[in-house]
Amino acid sequence: MAANGIGVSVRRIEDYRFLTGRGTYTDDLNRPGQVHAFILRSPHARAKIKSIKTDKARRADGVIAVFTGADIEADQLGGLPCGWMVTDRHGKPMVEPAHPVIVKDEARHVGDQVAVVIAETRSQARDAAELITIDYQALPAIVSTGEAMSKSAPLVWDQAPQNLCYDWALGDQAAADAAFAKAAKVAKLDIVNNRLIPNAMEPRAAVGDYDAAKGHYTLHTTSQNPHVIRLLMSAYVLKVPEHKVRVNAPDVGGGFGSKIYHYAEEAIVTWASKKIGRPVKWTADRSESFMSDAHGRDHVTHAELALDQNGTFLAMKVSTTANMGAYLSTFAPCIPTYLYALLLAGVYTTPTIFCEVRAVFTNTVPVDAYRGAGRPEATFVVERLVDEAAKVTGLDPAEIRRRNFIPRNAFPYQTPVVVQYDSGDYQSTLDLALKGGDYAGFETRRAESAKRGKLRGIGLATYIEACGIAPSAVVGSVGARAGLYESAVIRVHPTGSVTVLTGSHSHGQGHETTFAQLVAERLGVDIANIEIVHGDTDKIPFGMGTYGSRSLAVGGSAMVKAMDKIIAKGKKIAAHLLEAAEADIEFKDGTFSVAGTDKKKALAEISGAAYVPHHYPINELEPGLEEQAFYDPANFTFPGGCHVCEVEIDQDTGTVNVVKFTAVDDVGRVINPMIVEGQVQGGLAQGIGQALLEGCVYDQKSGQLVTGSYMDYTMPRADNLPSFTVSTHNTLCTHNPLGVKGVGEVGAIGSPAAVMNAVHNALAPLGITRIDMPATAERVWKAINGAPRRAAE
Amino acid sequence: MPTVSMTVNGKAVSADVEPRTLLVHYLRENLGMTGTHVGCDTSQCGACVVHIDGASVKSCTVLATQAEGAKVTTIEGLAQGDKLHPMQEAFRENHALQCGFCTPGMVMSAIDLVNRNKNPTEREIREWLEGNLCRCTGYHNIVKAIAAAAQAMR
Repeated sequence: MAANGIGVSVRRIEDYRFLTGRGTYTDDLNRPGQVHAFILRSPHARAKIKSIKTDKARRADGVIAVFTGADIEADQLGGLPCGWMVTDRHGKPMVEPAHPVIVKDEARHVGDQVAVVIAETRSQARDAAELITIDYQALPAIVSTGEAMSKSAPLVWDQAPQNLCYDWALGDQAAADAAFAKAAKVAKLDIVNNRLIPNAMEPRAAVGDYDAAKGHYTLHTTSQNPHVIRLLMSAYVLKVPEHKVRVNAPDVGGGFGSKIYHYAEEAIVTWASKKIGRPVKWTADRSESFMSDAHGRDHVTHAELALDQNGTFLAMKVSTTANMGAYLSTFAPCIPTYLYALLLAGVYTTPTIFCEVRAVFTNTVPVDAYRGAGRPEATFVVERLVDEAAKVTGLDPAEIRRRNFIPRNAFPYQTPVVVQYDSGDYQSTLDLALKGGDYAGFETRRAESAKRGKLRGIGLATYIEACGIAPSAVVGSVGARAGLYESAVIRVHPTGSVTVLTGSHSHGQGHETTFAQLVAERLGVDIANIEIVHGDTDKIPFGMGTYGSRSLAVGGSAMVKAMDKIIAKGKKIAAHLLEAAEADIEFKDGTFSVAGTDKKKALAEISGAAYVPHHYPINELEPGLEEQAFYDPANFTFPGGCHVCEVEIDQDTGTVNVVKFTAVDDVGRVINPMIVEGQVQGGLAQGIGQALLEGCVYDQKSGQLVTGSYMDYTMPRADNLPSFTVSTHNTLCTHNPLGVKGVGEVGAIGSPAAVMNAVHNALAPLGITRIDMPATAERVWKAINGAPRRAAE
Repeated sequence: MPTVSMTVNGKAVSADVEPRTLLVHYLRENLGMTGTHVGCDTSQCGACVVHIDGASVKSCTVLATQAEGAKVTTIEGLAQGDKLHPMQEAFRENHALQCGFCTPGMVMSAIDLVNRNKNPTEREIREWLEGNLCRCTGYHNIVKAIAAAAQAMR
């Protein structure tokens, strides 16, 4: 093993610049001559725009230009494209309304962009925006997921009757019905998966910079995937050739999905920079983030599980309504379908599953992937339902799970919902988590809490995740309008140091360290001599970026492929220099040697020879030592695991305290254990946040966003959370060269169900059967006070 | 426009600013010191925490003019050359940062805590951080780092 190679908790290379205030985030960039854009947004959930008067604003101090939807239309800009086409259960394509960069005739959610003011300073642009007069005709709006299809609901789009985007289904309904008819017991559940606002700490920002001399656009932006933005913006919105567009995503302050999508502001600043001939910067206020960053989750679901006498799962039926918001964000349609229904087998052998999903439009901010994206929603359904099943069968929640686990020796395992799991060991992750969380000793702790007048509960969730999405041909066959491979270039310099160009993007994941460890291990190069380059389309090969826990499984695999090419070429060069047969050359720890001899050449000597090819097999081999690879995965990877949560509830206030949280995850091979633990801890905080604190609230009547700031939307804070006990128990992925699975999302996937199972467990003695997320103090207090049975006082 | 002068990280600075300019914008835009971040508009997130005369302050909640004549320390002023402040070092050692955006405010806030309370308990650390939001770490390693730094700073 290399000193800083695979399996070592190397301290992060990127930390020095972040800790000394020398990171370069988008808003830190300032271009010569730069001006500032302020986006004027609709204050109405739904309104006709009868007229816009901008003359006063245009005359205001420092103002350079004011643009409206009419200017966008006059320049024939395209709308923001959707990257996934879902075909419904009758073979009909989803309803796909236009998504204008700036709306012209009708605003469809609070925050919809209606005008942009460009001025010398941000304050001037903001002040001038107040001088714009818009004659709005406010219209009735619909914001409720559950009500969107009702007859009385106003239509967000005329072309979408019942506000239905698509009515999709997966599985054999007749087979499921037949299994339910024979069932000894049925568990039923109605649940809401609460709408979340992602809230990466860095607000979105964009700087457009048009170079008239070269006819070249540069966009610096807060993106998880700069090439995707370049492709969508140049091909669909600006309609300019890609080679004339550079997209640079420098240091990015968190994404969690919300920075995957191509947003209007990116196109606005890029287009406006050419219009006015100066660089244009836009940076969101947090309030703008709340009403313009894509939101997450927002499902209403009814689910049922059929069981036999022994508690064996026979079939599952799931019916979900998923909120798309007012427009289709880049990957929105695939989240509640292919990233949701395909996970409903969970870690169990349920033979028959039927799932139907109705996606609806509402007058709300578009909804798209947020950490976990579909998989936390699926896990929440399955794991809450399994706890209900435990109740109706009288089995212990751990025992009923054990009885239905996919056994260790059953892999590869074909589920009834399309996917084939390659590896896993659900028994062990459960056993380890129960041991770590002292499941056996819980009743003692419950009694101790009861002595203090508190209600204590324990809950567990065993989950499956599908990440590293997935063979391009497969996702293409179900509607993806993109490939899902990754790219890498390994550039060995003449002196033997290495630059890696990757299509993956780091916005907190620590790629500069993890990827360097990978290269250190494989090429035997000291980590100090490796640099990871990402984020700039002028430097890196075309890549798909970072989301869905794909960077190591897909991006890392591309690096391995490229390094294998380096080693193969190096062997040819070494064979020539060492006057040996290529087949006799071995490569280990950075050295090429002739097997069974002491003849050897270091990688730096080989690269030196490659760039100074004086003694070189020039007729058979090109000079240089640089290789590129694209890796298209053979399958998803399938992390899994078990989360055990213990809560204590104050009966007087309804406050739920997480007092203990144990996670045992199977994430495949671990490159940097420290970073893996950090990823899990962060995911847990978001999952606990969803379960107990966070929830986007729209006023049902006015469609106003009630939770529009940190004063109203409860972010998890340090004093809301416990210290976590996290560990891994790993089985290797069988189809990628590293055996890695992915770790970015697991924390957020298993934890909401574990927390809510614990909350329900704590409240069960009072006869309380349903608490929706977030289980806020108010909700829990109301439930306790309206409970059928108050606990013994 | 008033001229506002102060000492930032030991250096005398001066700039003409609009009266409504916030200290954080004075630092970022007038002085070009972009280490201090803006993460919200309601003084909740703490990404902008700096020290004014040794005390942690949200620089989005102070007008530049209010800091006239003050001694301001920002994240850029902590390390001595290449040698990190013990709090910075503890953050690195304990993986207390991921995307790095909240980090400057976290570090500045944490130093003030340890200056006031040499040996904070986990509970005290968590409560002190109430005004600093982090979306990446779940706070676990931040809490660990601050406890470790408190030891090192003793």
